[in-house]
Amino acid sequence: MATEAHAAEGATGYIIHHLTPLHAGEGFWTLHLDTLFFSAVLGGLFVWFFKMAAEKATSGVPGLVQNFAEMLIEFVDTQVKDSFHGKSKLIAPLALTIFCWVFLFNFMDLFPVDILPLIGSMIGIEYLRVVPSTDLNATFAMSISVFCLIIFYSVKIKGPWGFAKELMFQPFGPWLLPFNLLLKLVEEIAKPISLALRLFGNLYAGELIFILIALLPWYIQPVLSFPWAIFHILIITLQAFIFMVLTIVYLSMAHEDH
Amino acid sequence: MSINATLIGQMITFALLVWFTMKYIWPPLFDSLEERKKKIADGLAAAERGHEEILLAEKKAKGVLKEAKEQSSEIVNLAQKRANEIVEESKDAAKKEGERLIVSAKAQIEQEIQQAKEGLRQEVADLALSAAEQILGAEIDKSKHQDIISKVSNQLG
Repeated sequence: MATEAHAAEGATGYIIHHLTPLHAGEGFWTLHLDTLFFSAVLGGLFVWFFKMAAEKATSGVPGLVQNFAEMLIEFVDTQVKDSFHGKSKLIAPLALTIFCWVFLFNFMDLFPVDILPLIGSMIGIEYLRVVPSTDLNATFAMSISVFCLIIFYSVKIKGPWGFAKELMFQPFGPWLLPFNLLLKLVEEIAKPISLALRLFGNLYAGELIFILIALLPWYIQPVLSFPWAIFHILIITLQAFIFMVLTIVYLSMAHEDH
Repeated sequence: MSINATLIGQMITFALLVWFTMKYIWPPLFDSLEERKKKIADGLAAAERGHEEILLAEKKAKGVLKEAKEQSSEIVNLAQKRANEIVEESKDAAKKEGERLIVSAKAQIEQEIQQAKEGLRQEVADLALSAAEQILGAEIDKSKHQDIISKVSNQLG
């Protein structure tokens, strides 16, 4: 959609320009370089911060960094313990990674919409979309990974036959097998799609509103963008939290044997 | 907006991040949290124990104090008793000593009376003798009439 539109001028052109990723390649093998770059940088930031805290981790009096890291760890651990009752070495770190990574993705939304693309254009980058969670690829990458884990754990805990039985014989018993199967498949497939689209939709819409505000005269912009940014602080945290909690819930459902 | 190879790249990044978190970030931080929890619990338990020990020690101290008080009052009683005894004893001793002194003084007085009596007798005898001498002149010989003189002097005593 970008190819024919980015020539357009005025408001539409501005919006489309902002929503067009920096890409390379053709067809399926297109790579959104900005998404890949920013998500890697943000992931690195997350890992660097926590690694720093983990290296200095002490059971004595914690420092500032450790305190903050422990606060997040405690928060995630509480969420995991609330809904997941089995034992798993993966779920809590996964939830922590998702929460922090998604939060950092979303946090990019709070940068003024023009500043990073402007810097980009100064060094010759024509298109720059700074919020990775406004790219479906980023959100689907996480939700599909989570989906794979759901399938993996379902098969591992219940056994292939147990999982198949659950798909075929629930909720209405063996006589309605095709209907059960259809229902269950839709239910399972809806999980990654809803996860990815919820995050994408919220952030895409949020970003779009920032862009629209940026189109207004400069003296109106602060009046609108300031409250929207404050509101957005809630949204970005909430979306990260929702993604994390739903992941935990889905995985604990996969662990439960009926 | 389309799904493309970025998805694969993102999934790889995501998997790496999760792996790294699982391996290097979560365990040390979580362990330190757990360890601190344990430390705090231990500390609280120790404090509780210390408190109990203090109560116990206080109880013990009270017992010891009570015992000491009893002992000291007993000692004081004994001392008082002993002091009374000593006073009584010394009173007795003083009484006895006084009596003894009186007796000896009486004896001395008696003795002195006797001496005085003897002296007086002698003197009266002498006087009588000299008077008789003057009356009788040379008629009376002292040596001749010695037994008479001594008889008189004995009567005087």
